[in-house]
Amino acid sequence: MADRDLLVGEHFIHGDAACAEGAIASGCLFFAGYPITPATEVAERMARRLPEVGGVYIQMEDEIASMAAILGASWGGAKSMTATSGPGFSLMMENIGLGMMTETPCVVVNIQRGGPSTGLPTLVGQADVMQARWGSHGDYGCIALAPASPQECFDLTIKAFNLSETYRQPVFVLADEVVGHMTEKVIIPKREKLHILARSLAKAPKQDYLPFDSSGLLPPPMAIAGQGYHVHVTGLTHDERGYPVITAEVQERNVRHIVDKVRKNAQRIIEVDTVGLEDAEVVVVAYGCTSRVARQAVENLRQKGFKVGLVKLITIWPFPSNLIRDLSKRVKAFIVPEINYGQIAYEVERTAQGDAEVLLMALMGGSIHTPSEIEEAVGEYL
Amino acid sequence: MKVRLRDISQFDKEAAETAIQKDHGLHPDDRFLKPGRIPHIWCPGCGLGVVLTTFIEAVRRNQIPIDKCVVVSGIGCTGRVAGYLDMDTYHTTHGRAIPFATGLALANPEMSVTVFSGDGDLFAIGGNHLIHAARRNVNLKVICVNNFNFGMTGGQVAPTTPLEARTSTTPTGNAEPGFNLPYLAHAAGAIYVARWTTFHPRQLVHSISQALNKKGFTFVEAIAPCPTGYGRPNKLGSGLEEMRFYRDMSEIRNGADPKLAEIKLRQRFIVGTFLDSERPDFLENYDKNVVSRVKSKQKVKEKGKAA
Repeated sequence: MADRDLLVGEHFIHGDAACAEGAIASGCLFFAGYPITPATEVAERMARRLPEVGGVYIQMEDEIASMAAILGASWGGAKSMTATSGPGFSLMMENIGLGMMTETPCVVVNIQRGGPSTGLPTLVGQADVMQARWGSHGDYGCIALAPASPQECFDLTIKAFNLSETYRQPVFVLADEVVGHMTEKVIIPKREKLHILARSLAKAPKQDYLPFDSSGLLPPPMAIAGQGYHVHVTGLTHDERGYPVITAEVQERNVRHIVDKVRKNAQRIIEVDTVGLEDAEVVVVAYGCTSRVARQAVENLRQKGFKVGLVKLITIWPFPSNLIRDLSKRVKAFIVPEINYGQIAYEVERTAQGDAEVLLMALMGGSIHTPSEIEEAVGEYL
Repeated sequence: MKVRLRDISQFDKEAAETAIQKDHGLHPDDRFLKPGRIPHIWCPGCGLGVVLTTFIEAVRRNQIPIDKCVVVSGIGCTGRVAGYLDMDTYHTTHGRAIPFATGLALANPEMSVTVFSGDGDLFAIGGNHLIHAARRNVNLKVICVNNFNFGMTGGQVAPTTPLEARTSTTPTGNAEPGFNLPYLAHAAGAIYVARWTTFHPRQLVHSISQALNKKGFTFVEAIAPCPTGYGRPNKLGSGLEEMRFYRDMSEIRNGADPKLAEIKLRQRFIVGTFLDSERPDFLENYDKNVVSRVKSKQKVKEKGKAA
C-alpha cells in the first residue's frame, strides 16, 4: 500500500495544497478551520487528506472556534493546524494569546490578502506582518515564516511544526495570496530526507515534573491529557506548576519566559537567504512573493555589474536584526518592497539606526512589484 | 536597546510543596482537588461549591479513572472550577471552552471531557459554540452553572437574567427576557438535557452521572444562588435564602417539554430531566461517512493499480 502519510514524488500543486502536504508530512492529525479566501484550499486539502492518515478534519463555526479547537487538540496529543486569511486571523488573536500563555504547540497558516477589513478577498497583501507579531494583547515571543513558493510552503510548514514543538507555542506560516494560489513543482522527498520533530512528552516522575518550568531557555516536555500528570493549563498568569498566581512577581517570571524563549534563541531560529551581500552597496530586503521579484531585480542588476544584494527573509519573526545592523554600517541604503504601507520597513529602519537610508516601496495590495520598479529604485542609490 | 529588569526570585518548589502539605488531605474529597488550591475564591453563599461537589460525586459514582477525566472551563466564577480539580484541567478564554474541548475530545476520544462553565460564558460570548457542538453531537458533557448574572465582574446583566430583574447594568430592571437554556440546548441537538437547583444535590449527582455515561453532547443546568451579584439587587437575601427561594419556586417535572422551562422573575419554574435520547456522535458519523468511504475508495484505487 502506498504511503498516504507522505506523497513522495514530484507534484504540480499550489502553495495552499503544499502547506497541507507539509502538515501531513509533519504528522499533523487535526485540522480545524473555517472557509476564507484565499486559504480555503488548505482546508479542502486537509479535509481530503486527514481521513486517509487517521486524522480528524472539522469545519468549525468560526475562526475563534478553529483556533480554540487546535489548542485543545494539541493538549489532546495531536499535532494540529488551522489556516486562514486576514479577517480570520484577526478573530484568532485572543486564542493565539492563549496558546502563547499556555505554551501550546500548533501551526497557524495565514494566506495574506489585501486588508483592512474585507479588503481584497481574492488579491494579494502582506499587511498582517505586524499583526502576527503584536496582534494578541500582552507580551510574547513570535515565530513567523514566510514562504515564497509552493515548495517553500511545504518545507516551511514542516519547519513551523518543528519550531512549534521545540518552543511550545503557536507558530505562523505567513504566506500571501500569490504564493498560496501559485502552482509550481513541489518535490516531496522520502521520509529519511525529512527532518520531522516528534513531540517531546513528559517522562519525569509526577512529583518532580513542572509543566511550565521557566528555569531553562527552552520549555519543558509537554504533559498531554491522559498521561496522569493532572496539569492545570490556564491563560491566567501561572507559576511553574500551572497554578494561577495573580502577583507581579509570578507575572515577571511567566512573561519573561514566554518572551525570552524566542528572544534568547533568536539566532538559532532565524533563517535568511542572501545574494551578493559581500560587496553590496544597496541591499533589497524582501519576503514572500515580493522576494521573487526582488531576486529577479537583483540578478538583473548584478549582471550589469551593479553592487546590489538581497536579504530574503525566511523567518520574518524573529527579525534578523544583527544581520541588518551589520549591513547598515557598510551599505548606502536598504530597499524594502512590501505589499503594505510599511511594516518590515520600520523594522529595517529601526535596526539600521540611521546608518543607512531606508526606502519603502509600498503597495497597498492587489498587485505585486515589478523587477524594473525595484531596479530603478536601487539605481537611485548607486 | 539596553533592558533593565527587576531582580526576581526563581520558583521555589520545595516551599510550595511544604505550604500544601499543611492542610491537604484532611478531607476525603481532597484526592479530587489539586493540592494547595483551596481555599477557593467563591463568595460565601455561592452555589458553585455544591455543583463542584456533585460533579466529584458523579465521577466517583461512575468510577471513571481520574487520569481519563478532563475538565475544560471558560472565564468567570464557574471558569475557576477547572483550577481546583486534581485531573487534567484547562482554563481557556472567555466563551471558548466548548471549541477547545471539541478539539481535545476529537484528538483523544478516550478522555471523558466535561465542560464546566457559567451561563454568561456559555450563552453570551460562547453561545454560537454551544449550539454547534450540540448540533454536531460532540462527545462533551456540559455543566452550566446558571446564576442569572455575570458574577465575576460584579453582577451585570446576562443572557439568562429574567425580564425586569435588577443587576448592576440594569439598575431599574432588565429590558430583555432571558434564554430558556434547556429548550435552547434541546433545539440545538443535545441528547440529554436536565435542570436542577443547588437545593437538589442528589438529583444533580444523578443527572451528571447519567450524562457522564452517555456518548454525545449532554447539557445539565444547575441553578445556583449568587447572593453578591444577583441576590442582593433582587432582594433575595443571603445565599441560603436564595437557595431556598429556588427550591420553593421549582417544581420537578421529569420528561416535561423543555419549551415549558422558561424562567420568569419571581415565578415558578420547572426542573427535572427533560430529555434522555440517543443518536450517533460526531466521531461515529465521521468514521461512517468520511473515514470508511475514503478507505474503501483507496482500496478500489489500489486494486485498479494492481490490475
